[in-house]
Amino acid sequence: MASNGHQRDDESIDEDETPTKQPRSDREMPGCFRNEPDNEAASPAGRATSQRQTSNSTARLRSDSVKKTRPPFPWFGMDIGGTLVKLVYFEPKDITAEEEQEEVENLKSIRRYLTSNIAYGKTGIRDVHLELQDLTLCGRKGNLHFIRFPTHDLPAFLQMARSKHFSSLHTTLCATGGGAYKFEADFRTMADLQLHKLDELDCLIRGVLYIDSVVSSGPSECYYFENPTDPERCIQKPYTLENPYPLLLVNIGSGVSILAVYSETNYKRVTGTSLGGGTFLGLCCLLTGCSSFEEALEMASEGESTKVDKLVRDIYGGDYESFGNMVSKEKRETVSKEDLARATLVSITNNIGSITRMCALNENIERVVFVGNFLRVNTLSMKLLAYAMDYWSKGQLKALFLQHEGYFGAVGALLELLHPS
Amino acid sequence: MAEFVRVDSSTSSHTMDKSITLPPDEIFRNLENAKRFAIDIGGSLTKLAYYSTVQHKVAKVRSFDHTSKEATNDNLYEISVQEEVTARLHFIKFENAYIETCLDFIKDHLVNTDTKVIKATGGGAHKFKELIERKLGLKVDKEDEMTCLIKGCNFVLRNIPHEAFVFAKHTESEYRFQTTQPDIFPYLLVNIGSGVSIVKVESEDKFERIGGSSIGGGTFWGLGALLTKTKRFDELLQLASKGQHTSVDMLVKDIYGGSYGSLGLTGDLIASSFGKSATADKEFSKEDMAKSLLHMISNDIGQLACLYAKMHNLSRVYFGGFFIRGHPVTMHTITYSINFFTKGEVQALFLRHEGYLGAIGAFLKGAEEDNPNQYSWGENYAGSSGLMSVSPDMNPMQRARSGTFPFDMLEMDRLERKLVNLPLLQDASSYIPDTVDLIEDAPAREYWLFCFEEALDGVVKRAVASQPDMPEAAERAEKFRQKYRHKLQTLRHQPFAYGSLTVRSLLDTREHCLNEFNFPDPYCKIKQQENDMALKYYQKAVKALDGLSWEQRQFALVRGVLAGNVFDWGAKAVSDVLESDPEFGFEQAKRQLEERPWLVDSYDQWFERLKGPPHKCALFFVDNSGVDIILGVMPFVRELLSRGTEVVLASNSSPALNDVTNGELQILTESIAAMDPVIQSSLEEDRLILVQSGSSSPCLDLSRLDKVLAMVVRERNIDLVIIEGMGRAIHTNYYAMLSCESLKMAVIKNSWLADRLGGKLFSVVFKYEVPITDHLSAALTP
Repeated sequence: MASNGHQRDDESIDEDETPTKQPRSDREMPGCFRNEPDNEAASPAGRATSQRQTSNSTARLRSDSVKKTRPPFPWFGMDIGGTLVKLVYFEPKDITAEEEQEEVENLKSIRRYLTSNIAYGKTGIRDVHLELQDLTLCGRKGNLHFIRFPTHDLPAFLQMARSKHFSSLHTTLCATGGGAYKFEADFRTMADLQLHKLDELDCLIRGVLYIDSVVSSGPSECYYFENPTDPERCIQKPYTLENPYPLLLVNIGSGVSILAVYSETNYKRVTGTSLGGGTFLGLCCLLTGCSSFEEALEMASEGESTKVDKLVRDIYGGDYESFGNMVSKEKRETVSKEDLARATLVSITNNIGSITRMCALNENIERVVFVGNFLRVNTLSMKLLAYAMDYWSKGQLKALFLQHEGYFGAVGALLELLHPS
Repeated sequence: MAEFVRVDSSTSSHTMDKSITLPPDEIFRNLENAKRFAIDIGGSLTKLAYYSTVQHKVAKVRSFDHTSKEATNDNLYEISVQEEVTARLHFIKFENAYIETCLDFIKDHLVNTDTKVIKATGGGAHKFKELIERKLGLKVDKEDEMTCLIKGCNFVLRNIPHEAFVFAKHTESEYRFQTTQPDIFPYLLVNIGSGVSIVKVESEDKFERIGGSSIGGGTFWGLGALLTKTKRFDELLQLASKGQHTSVDMLVKDIYGGSYGSLGLTGDLIASSFGKSATADKEFSKEDMAKSLLHMISNDIGQLACLYAKMHNLSRVYFGGFFIRGHPVTMHTITYSINFFTKGEVQALFLRHEGYLGAIGAFLKGAEEDNPNQYSWGENYAGSSGLMSVSPDMNPMQRARSGTFPFDMLEMDRLERKLVNLPLLQDASSYIPDTVDLIEDAPAREYWLFCFEEALDGVVKRAVASQPDMPEAAERAEKFRQKYRHKLQTLRHQPFAYGSLTVRSLLDTREHCLNEFNFPDPYCKIKQQENDMALKYYQKAVKALDGLSWEQRQFALVRGVLAGNVFDWGAKAVSDVLESDPEFGFEQAKRQLEERPWLVDSYDQWFERLKGPPHKCALFFVDNSGVDIILGVMPFVRELLSRGTEVVLASNSSPALNDVTNGELQILTESIAAMDPVIQSSLEEDRLILVQSGSSSPCLDLSRLDKVLAMVVRERNIDLVIIEGMGRAIHTNYYAMLSCESLKMAVIKNSWLADRLGGKLFSVVFKYEVPITDHLSAALTP
């Protein structure tokens, strides 16, 4: 990653900033600098390319105005999906003593609550491994936290927001996902919060591009599977998402959306399918009596799908008939829950792969980025997708994955708070 | 896969009730001549195919030698009934449970011992191989399933008009049949068996499986069985048709509270199939889960089909396989999906004989040495069951338990001649022969079904009278009555059974049923009498016309054709009059005619045209025998010939009602020639020729005409087409657009139809049309 990063001149950096987290590509860092007035200034040093100089010098001059336009803490971005609510929270780590004194108790308490726990209530979880530390956002240094909880527990969240007097902080709560629309009234009535609603696909793309650009240490944000068609040698490898366009972005949440992205603002939704993560979990719950995604995945990893699926041994061979064997009463009686979970996972994943491949061909795009919470801890599906892309395209298509798979919408929403587009 | 194969041992538990006997008159007909067997055994249904030769009676006419017999016989020609052998294809579909009984039946009735091999396809062919070989003593020769499927598909698309249809639920006419395209290729066939196969077909021999999916009929069945504990496919569909998917699926509005406006996704769209069963802790009904599953699978297949159609730039997508197989529920969900994903750009097409494709293909593979594709074939309405509505409420096994052997049949006759488009059609791909679609037009359907039912007594009477020397004619005629009445009843409930329901199809079905019971030409005697009588007046009529001024004569000739056309045993109003008043004469008919201006009247334009240069060559589709052809058409033809216009007379190849056949017309023309030097010389100089149309219908389908006629049309540079009579110019071709001048002449001899068209009984349609494209293209050409 080092090769992609670059050092800024010390003097050009706001005193709040440290050089640990830098944009790793030569693109201008998306975020709060983008639409600032474009003041020309002398380049402080010649180490960077001319483009970088421009961006750095502008950055320095901008830092004052940034302070003025910077929204008050807390900084949240929220994505309320059909199944999960994804929340990103920026925890400032550069709070001065002066600030500390000024900071209201509510804000402190929220910060402490969120950062000192990794689980909230019964179902809220902070994905600690995804936390981005020492991130500079809008001239402030801090850690970005990634939190999720089921959408059906949103009332409890609102209850908490109410009890912690969230509304007194006068913050704008930027939210995306369908729930931002569906629950807008609930936020108002239950927690006295006004939502700033954002389009989920806009946020998704913005989030993907931002996270990809700021992660430069630790495990690579973007990765792929080498030798996807050979299970023995199939290994995860970092991937540098330089010049990402055009790319096909496949977001697998409860349902699936497939987007063709030509630039940060130029994209189209190619198609979607209702056979997504919700279908996997829904069918697994019905078929096996499981009650969580993790449980379903756990079972799937132990199962054998060929006991459930039917292999067609005709000359067009190699095809499965998903659940074809389940027509037989005897086989229905002997099949295990693990096999059923496995078959469900495999058929839904392969179906997504198949539709994706067709879209990539129709749109003439060779790079496919899969995101969404269906892929969370779901290496099986990722490898299947990698295999499908590679096999059917004879190596032409590359399946890429991102570490923060389900959080990009929420990140996009946060960016909108810091930098209204 | 064409059909899902259950390797389930429970399948064999459906052993058949041995008390059921097969109805030999109806099923496995002509086994004594049968050869070339083929069988397609799917997961639940067996389709058997064979070829037979059918001996049936045909009426032939032959000239008397007048020099010797003139004194003893007044008749111009004699009628003889001869035996003729034609080829027929039989396809029978029944449940696998009956396979053994059927094989026994075939073994007992099979006479032909030349047959050594039976072509077999389908997933079950292997399972039953031993049984077939043992029972029939034939060697089972397995053919590739996909090849058979495609071969069968090409065959039905090419030979059966209205084979393909789109399905539109909640409309007046759910089944919308497509006209046969001059070129059936390329197309996409999506076969939804247990899995899904997507095949691109580019020509007769070139096809490629371009894709597929594991989520197909087997998924619906297998997953459905797991979720609902319902074992049978039909029962699952039945459950699905009663369910509400919205309680199981997560809709856009469940996530958004409403629609997702910026993407144009409405709130009712499914965002996540089964999405609610992941979050809600509650029980879901079997019906709701089955419905959700059906939507999930149909939408998925529809989406894939659209992606493949788009990628390969194909607009014709046919769906088949056991998942579809005539089930309105799945046809609807697939149609919905295709409409959604292509925004209406691609239509989901289904096939009436989808279930037979494999068997047809396997048969064709075995018959390659006979090259069946060099012939045209026609669906025999009398011997075919037609498309039944497979209601999910109707379980085939339940039907079987009620004691009748459930089977379905398709019979196709090899036509004497290869049929092709009239080269003069302005746009062959959009040509629809029939004027009114009785599936869509319910009042018209009611009327015509009633009308044909009413006329049945008369037809039966006429049929018996046509064969006075045959004592069992009455019995056969009675069987005909039952058969045709049954067809009418079927059509009342399932108007879509044989494709578009039209006056033409009702007439053709009647002809097929008459032929079935060996009444090849019930009107032969009447035609003979009328021809004889009319010939006597020919010279007098011509003389009278010659006495008129040119201007008067042109009008008189048109009136003559129209008055002649009043003589028609096919129309009920007229057959009543003719039967009650045999003195009803030609002059009287003229008086019955509507005075100008006629209901449709472009006589003035026609008259103006006649003042111009003569036409190069006219093609005249003639109608009835007797007065019509002899006193109406022939003088008109004579005038055209005198103007220097060549004339091609096109008449039916085989009898239909009292329409003049090509055989009869040959004799009539000869005897007219003997009286009339104009006709005589024109025949000699080849300026008047007689060609058969290839049709044996009282109506006219310009997309299925004798290849020879099409050749003549090209050679002679036809620049005027004349179509005469209600059947050919009103029930059909009223809106036909030709690339040359055309004249459609008819008298409306049915008061209901006259009413409909805003006229009255004996109203006249005289429609002279000049194609505008000639001038347009001339003007638009730089």
